[in-house]
This record gives sequence, C-alpha cells and structure tokens, in this order.
Amino acid sequence: MAINNQHRHTLFGGNVDWVTVLVWLLLCLIGWFNIYAAVYDPEHAGLFNLTTNYGKQSIFILSAAVIGLTILVIDAKFFASMAPVFYGITLLLLIAVLIFGRNVGGNQAWIQIGSFRLQPSEFAKLSTCLLLAWYLSGQSNKTPNMRSLLTGALIVLVPVVLVLLQPDTGSALAFGSLIFIFYREGYLSSNFMFMVGLAILLFVLSLLFNEWWIILGMALIMGLVFYFSPRRQRLLVPLISLFFIASAYIFLVEFAYNNLLQPHHRSRIEVILGQIDDPRGEGYNLNQSKIAIGSGQFWGKGYLQGTQTKYNFVPEQSTDFIFCTIGEEWGFAGSVLLIGIYLFLLLRIINIAERQRTAFARIYAYGVASILFFHFAINIGMTIGIVPVIGIPLPFISYGGSSLWSFSVLLFILLKFDANRKGVV
Amino acid sequence: MNNFFTRKYAIQGIFIAVALIIVIRLFYLQLIDDSFASSADNNVLRKTIVYPARGVILDRNGEVLVQNEPVYDLLVTPIEVKEMDTLLFCRLIDIDPEGFKRRMETAKKHSRYRASIFEKQISSVNYAQLQEHLYKFKGFYVQNRTVRTYPDSVAAQFLGYIQEVNQNDIDRSGKFYRPGDYIGATGVERAYEELLRGQRGVKNQLVDAFNRPQGAYADGRFDTLAVAGESLVSSLDKQLQIFAEQLMKNKRGSVVAIEPATGEILAFVSSPGYDPNLMVGRKRGENYAKLAQDPDMPMFIRPTQAQYPPGSIFKVVNALTAQQAGMIDEQTIFNCPGGYSYGGGRGWMGCTHADGPTGLIKSIQRSCNTFYGHTFARMIDRRGMPAHEAYDLWREATMKFGLGQPLGIDLPGEKGGSVPTAEYYTKRYGNNRWTSSFNISLSIGQGEIEITPIQMANIMAIVANRGFYYRPHLIKAIGEQQIVKPEFTEKIYAGVESKYYEPVIEGLSQVVNMPGGTANSIKINGIEMCGKTGTVQNPHGNNHAVFFAFAPRENPKIAIAVFVENAGYGGVVAGPIASMIVEKYLRDTVTLPQYLQDRIFNTDYLNRRSPASVNPTGDGTADETNTAEEEEEEILFVHHSALPPRYGYQ
Repeated sequence: MAINNQHRHTLFGGNVDWVTVLVWLLLCLIGWFNIYAAVYDPEHAGLFNLTTNYGKQSIFILSAAVIGLTILVIDAKFFASMAPVFYGITLLLLIAVLIFGRNVGGNQAWIQIGSFRLQPSEFAKLSTCLLLAWYLSGQSNKTPNMRSLLTGALIVLVPVVLVLLQPDTGSALAFGSLIFIFYREGYLSSNFMFMVGLAILLFVLSLLFNEWWIILGMALIMGLVFYFSPRRQRLLVPLISLFFIASAYIFLVEFAYNNLLQPHHRSRIEVILGQIDDPRGEGYNLNQSKIAIGSGQFWGKGYLQGTQTKYNFVPEQSTDFIFCTIGEEWGFAGSVLLIGIYLFLLLRIINIAERQRTAFARIYAYGVASILFFHFAINIGMTIGIVPVIGIPLPFISYGGSSLWSFSVLLFILLKFDANRKGVV
Repeated sequence: MNNFFTRKYAIQGIFIAVALIIVIRLFYLQLIDDSFASSADNNVLRKTIVYPARGVILDRNGEVLVQNEPVYDLLVTPIEVKEMDTLLFCRLIDIDPEGFKRRMETAKKHSRYRASIFEKQISSVNYAQLQEHLYKFKGFYVQNRTVRTYPDSVAAQFLGYIQEVNQNDIDRSGKFYRPGDYIGATGVERAYEELLRGQRGVKNQLVDAFNRPQGAYADGRFDTLAVAGESLVSSLDKQLQIFAEQLMKNKRGSVVAIEPATGEILAFVSSPGYDPNLMVGRKRGENYAKLAQDPDMPMFIRPTQAQYPPGSIFKVVNALTAQQAGMIDEQTIFNCPGGYSYGGGRGWMGCTHADGPTGLIKSIQRSCNTFYGHTFARMIDRRGMPAHEAYDLWREATMKFGLGQPLGIDLPGEKGGSVPTAEYYTKRYGNNRWTSSFNISLSIGQGEIEITPIQMANIMAIVANRGFYYRPHLIKAIGEQQIVKPEFTEKIYAGVESKYYEPVIEGLSQVVNMPGGTANSIKINGIEMCGKTGTVQNPHGNNHAVFFAFAPRENPKIAIAVFVENAGYGGVVAGPIASMIVEKYLRDTVTLPQYLQDRIFNTDYLNRRSPASVNPTGDGTADETNTAEEEEEEILFVHHSALPPRYGYQ
C-alpha cells in the first residue's frame, strides 16, 4: 500500500482498509432496512422505536461501530497476547450458559442481561479463532506435524463440545469451517480436502438415495476414471481402497443418521431432501421461505411491498430467514447483488490475509473468512432449500446484538491487524 | 507468506463456486419456477365469504313466522392456545373436559396454524357469559352467524327446516354451496331456497400466516356486498294456524284451509307435528333422530303426502260429474230401501237409513249410499258404450277436480293420490267385461281411489267457486313487490258447468244447517257453512274421520278439509274442528257448544289406534265390512270381500 497514505490514518494506527469498513457498513444497512421491512407495520412506523426489532438493531449497529472504532485504536498486540485469556473466558461463559442459561427455542444458549440476551457461542467463534491463530503461529517455523495439528484440533473441539451440549448443532458446525485454516497452513493435504468434500457429498447422497445405488454409481465413475486415465496402473490401488472406504462410510452415515441425530434434525434433513412432504410441519419454514423468495422474481416486489415476509408467513424472518425479505422485495437482481457484495468481502479478506507479514494475522484472517463463508453459505443455502435448516444467522444482516457484535469484532480485529501489518506483532 | 500460498486460490475458488451454486438456485427459484409466485398470492389474499341473512318468512298479515337469530361459532387456532383454566372454559360453553380434549385434537388435526370451529352455535346466553372471560383463553375467538328461529313454534312442516349441505347438494348446485353452508331441506325453506338464501358477498382480505386479517385488499375495490335473502309473505294466517294446531293436538291427521278466491293456503296442519325450533341449534342431530324414529311420524307431511280413500265426501264429486254427463239432474229420484242392490241381487251396499224416494239435494244431506250406487251405475253402465270406456270418461271428469295427480303446490314431495285406470280393473278381472258392480265402492269414495287432504280441501274450493280453482300455494308474495308466481294466478276449470253446483251446494248446506243433516250439531249461527262428513273405512283399526266444508255460502272466504285418522265417525271429531276453524277465521270467535269443544281438546286419539294400524300412507280402504259404532253412521256393505285382494295392500 502507498506509504504516503500513512499519515492520513494515523488516528487508527496505520492503513485501515476503508473499503472493507464500507462493505461492512453497507451490509449492516442492508440488514437494517430489511429488518425494518420484515416487521414493517404502516400504523406503527417509527425508526427508533426501541420496542421493535429495527429500533433495537439501530442501537446494535451504532454500538458495533463504536466497538469497531475502539478496536482500531487499541494496540494490536493486546489481541494477540490476550488470546488465551479470551478463550478461557469464553469457555467459562459456555459452561455458565449450560447452568444459568435461558432456554430459547429448545437451545440453552442465552444469558440474560437486562433486556438483552447474550449468546456466548457467537463469541466462542472469535476467541477460538484467536487462540488457534496464536497457537499455530507459534508452530509456523516448524514443518506442519501431527502433534500441532491435534493440539489445534483440540482448541476447536472443546468449545464445539460445549456448544453441542446446549444443544446448538448449527453453531457447532460453524467451527468446522476452520478446517480451511489447517488446509492453508499445510496441515491437511489437498487429497484430504477432496476426501472431506466427497464425504459431505456422500453424506447428502446417502440420505437421498438407497446406499446400493450410490455404490453402484461410484463404481461406475471410478471405472471410467480408471479406463480413461493415462496412468491407470498407479491409480488401481488408490481407487479400489477409496471405493471400499467410501462404501463403508455410506453405511456408517446410514447408521449414524438413524441413531445419533436428534429427531427434529432428522426430519428437517428429510424435508430438505424431499423425502417427506410436510408443508405444514417441519417443511413449513422452508416451504414458506421458498415461496417468499420465489415470488420475488426478477426485480422483486419492491421495498416494503413484500407480502410473504410482512405477514409473518416466514418464521424468524428478522433473524435466520432475513434473506427471504431480500429475495422477495429485491428479487433476483437484489439477491445476486447481495451475494456479490458478500463474495467481494470474502475474497478481499483472503487477499488481506495473504498480505499479512505475520503468521498470526494471516491465520486469524483465514479464520474470519472461513466463519463468514460458512454462515453465508449455510444461511442462504437453507432459505433456498439446498442445505438443511439449521438456525444460524447471516452475518451483519440478521437481527440480533450478539451476532452483530461478535461478527463485527471478528472483522475489526482483522482490520486492526491489517492496519498495523507493518508494525511488529 | 509460506509454501502453501497457492492454496489461497483453491479456497477462493471454493467460495466462488458456492456463491455460483446459490445464484443458480436463485435463478431457478425466482425466474424459472413460477409456482412460487402463485403460492404467494394464495398465501396472502383470502377471499372471505360474507354470509347474507336468510330471508324471513311472514304470514299473510305480516306477522313473523321465521326469522334469524344470531348465534356464535367458537373458533380456535391451536398454535395460539396458551395454558388456561380448562374447567372454567368447559363450564362456560357447557361441555365436559373429555369433549374439550376431543375437540382440541380435531382442531389440531385440521391445522395448527389456521382457525377451525371448536363449537358450533353457542347461544347468545352462553356467549354473553363466555365473552367476559374470553380474554383469558388465548387462541379462541368467536364468529357470529345467524340461525333460524320460530317465535311461535308453529307450522313446522309448512315452513320446513334448513340443514348443512351434503356432498350431493354441493355437486348438484355446481359448487355453489360449500361445506358448512345451509340449505333448505323441506317445506318453504326448500321450495324457495333460491330466493331465501340471498347472495353471498366476497371480502378480499390480506391475511398473515396465521390467517389473521391484516386489512382490506385494494381498499375493498374488489369486494362485493352480501345481499340478504328475499323475505317471503306466506299465505298462512298465523293465528288460525296456531288455533288449528291446538285443535289437532293428540290426533293424527291434517287440516288444510284454502281461500277459494285465490288458492292461498290459510292453515296447513300436519299432526302430530313438532316444534320447528328443535331443528335448530346444537341438539339438532339428537332431536332429528328422535323425530325420525317416532312411530307417529311427525316429519311426515300429511296434508300433501298422506293418501286416503276420501269416503263419503267424494259423493260431491260424483254428484257434479254425473250432472255434467247428463246422467242425473236435480229432479232425479232414486228409491232408497236402506241400501243399494247390485250384481243381480248378489251385492248389497247398505245405508244408515231407509229414506225411500231420494233426490240429489237430499242424497247429499243424508249421505245416501243408494243414490250414489244408482248414479255410478248409470255413469258406467248406461252411456251407450262399453263400461270400461264409460269408466274412462268418469275418470277423466274426476281427475279434472285435481285428483289422481299432484296439484302442483309449492311444497316439495307432494303426492298425487290415485284414481285407478280402466286397465287396472280389466287386468284385475281378467277381461274388460266388468261393470259398475265390480267397483261400485268408488261411488261413495271407497275402494281403490286415494286422495290427499289438500286435494280434499281443493274440491271444496272448486265447489265454493262454482267450478274452478287456483292452484293451492303457500307463498303469496315475494320480497317487497307483491309478485305471485304466474302458475298460481291461472284459473283452472274442473269441467262442470256452474249451474250444476247449486243443488249440490244446497245439499251441503243442509248437511250442516238443517235438522237431520249429518253435521247439524256443528252449525254456526249466522254463517251458512256448507260441508260434508265422511268416514273412511279402515281395515287396520278405527275408521278415519273426515269433514270438508266451505263458508259462507255466498262469496265464500274459506274452504277447509279436516282429516283425523282413527277418530271414528266424521261428524264427531272432524266436523267440530272444521266448524271452529271456520268461525274463528270468519268472526274471530268460537260459539260451538262447550261440551263439543271440550271433547275436541281433551280426547286423546293418538292412543286409540290398534297396534297394526301404523298406516301413514292412508292405505286403509273399505273393501271389507266394518261394524259401525255411531248411530248416525253410514254403513257400507260392499261385497268386494268376494274379490281378490287388491295389489299393494296386505
């Protein structure tokens, strides 16, 4: 970055990436307008009515901005050195929430403070990210080895287990996205990532189709690969072992699905896979969500003109299903624009990550990208029916103080590191 | 930066790929598949039917016979129901906790998100209690509609009742009705359903996922108003109807009173009847079952559906058609030795008297069987043609009096009675060489002929009018305009010239007004009522009593037929009832001797029948001889017992 810009941003200690800040602000505003639309009631309009979701969200956005700017003036070293402390506090909160927490919608995930509710699992993602970056960066001069991989995995798994106890499967799954860090840092091979991708694919397929059909299809594809491969001798053994491992995996999934998943998750999965048709029961959310988005068509129905979201057809329309409002009122055009903005942000974070001088900042940046990506993909994916309905928010857009604050803190710490990248961490 | 820098592109590639998958899916949802757009419209725009008030039915003087009363349907949206005091709730709407559970289950099965009916037709009294507490019961709310109410509980069979439509009604109406709608099932309610039901309105409302109204769609531009059903003015005189129903208490039978000048039905009693209010409200099903199983068949509309041999009153028709045919005239005299001998002396049809020479007028006054035996014999045997052809002429003339076919009254399910055809007798006797001796009982209204009480009253209306009638009808005006259906203003002639009526009317007058007449005891001072008694032979039990009359003689205002099953001789029960109704209608008082009135009000004729005589179709005929109980009785000695039993009668 240009050196002559430096003095212009000295207030925040270096080159703050204002483009990212603007994208952040843009997303927050899009969120606010759509929350307003989701609960819009012409008879009780009022922008800062604190009894409404959008009134509260105004406060959340303002306070998130204040927190963000505060982070930018704090010394970057603070976050690095405090990473273990944050992590510890978070673990304590996650335990506390299991004991004192407030049960909302079947999940023991909230701590009530005054009229606001705090969701520790949101902050757990941040502190896990920080500690993982802190730990892995300490190992970065060594060759990636199994021991540090396991230690890193343990850092992730402890909060995952605590979150699963709530039980909040959606948030727990979000930690899984940190796998990208291990991949980027060389702990996991491309082959492994391929296997993970295959595992996810086979998981979905094995729920969708009879296992024998999948095995048959798999054998067919592998046979074709083998036949057309120029170096077929080398491929024979790996392909055959892959085939057997995959087959065993399919039966394992079948078993796990029937015995380990909670019934409501199982039925949600079945609905999304089209195995049960139940538009009034478990399929209700998804069906209404698809109706709302589908009825938006190309240009949408226009701001505040949406009928599906306004009249409560879509449940949780301000939080997890906020994308319905966008899809209905802004149509395909608006939805693609939003996805474009998001993709821009994600790609930019990766670029920011790669320009960091310290492994700590780079690893942390990848963590931020992974978490945001996971929420983005799963949240929108569930509203349009390509992934199961698991309740996780759309970062910066969904209504909710905890999620807005934790995602904003996550992002602004990264921006602080980036602004400070020429300094010593 | 380290050795794995290039993996950045793999990760960015994954991000881009996932974003692309999402965009493709959105493309499909929003641009390709348009089923979602129409689902959205259905989701939001709810067409609510606005039910019109059903038309009221008034009597001829504008008094209300049927009107509407608000009732309240209790609805529940299961998902909104919170913890509540179930016991209090059950007490308020008068159900038990078991019933509460059951209804809740049903509602949940229907939909957790949409309202369904929890309890139908809560009375206004229960509603008032419930309303005070309703705020405690989240998820419950009340929707009002109207039901029929009958302020005086009269004329049940005349008015009929409404009921929820069944699948047949819906299919037949071309989907006009929807499940839960009401439709007239019998009586006026059914006959005038199209007018009474009114026009439904449609309210386009925006509703949310819980079906809660969110305001009018497009400011109500596409809404239509409900148009209330037409009010109908019936021909009935309510006070007369009430009086007639009181008189018919504890009796099985009918009263039909007609205004001869118009054909309007003034009173229409089918007894035993029922309280029309029983067919409304929450206990309707229970009540209906009870009424349907009652051996006295209160749901049976006797005036138009019961068919009986008319008995002696039929002599009036024979007297008229015989004159028109030129077979007798006012001067014709037959000798009555106490009975009519026929079939070469093998058959004997007895009289209650031996009056010697008897003319037309006297034959009616004394109800002389002999006279009509001779008259019928002339009509069948002495017309210069084979008997079966002459019989056809007789039948044709008889049917012109509105017999043998439904009159076309505006009430569903009317029966026509029957006048047997010549072929019937030819078949029965094996050849067409039969003569009047073979069906002589027709001369005195016994045998195979059957007519309904309303046809009896209509005969009197024809006589009162001296030769014509208007189709009897129940409704005289529709709505504000006094429209009468054209078919009810058509004068229908009975085929007998008016000059032939006078001797018959004189005879009818003497029946009532001259000592020695069969109904002299019920004469009304100051009103010249003309009438005729009849006793219908009933092989299954006590004879049926019948009396028909019209009054006054000049410019008649009312024609009436009273038929009381199993009541014995016609002059004893049917006559006083007719007399009281006529006087009540013409003068609004009753001067009949008190002992006669007491007898009518106090005698229980319901329990006088013999067990085997449940015979609602009036299929009791007089083929067999029967011992007379009353001294004034006209006794029949018809030799039909020698003949094979007629079909359709055990």
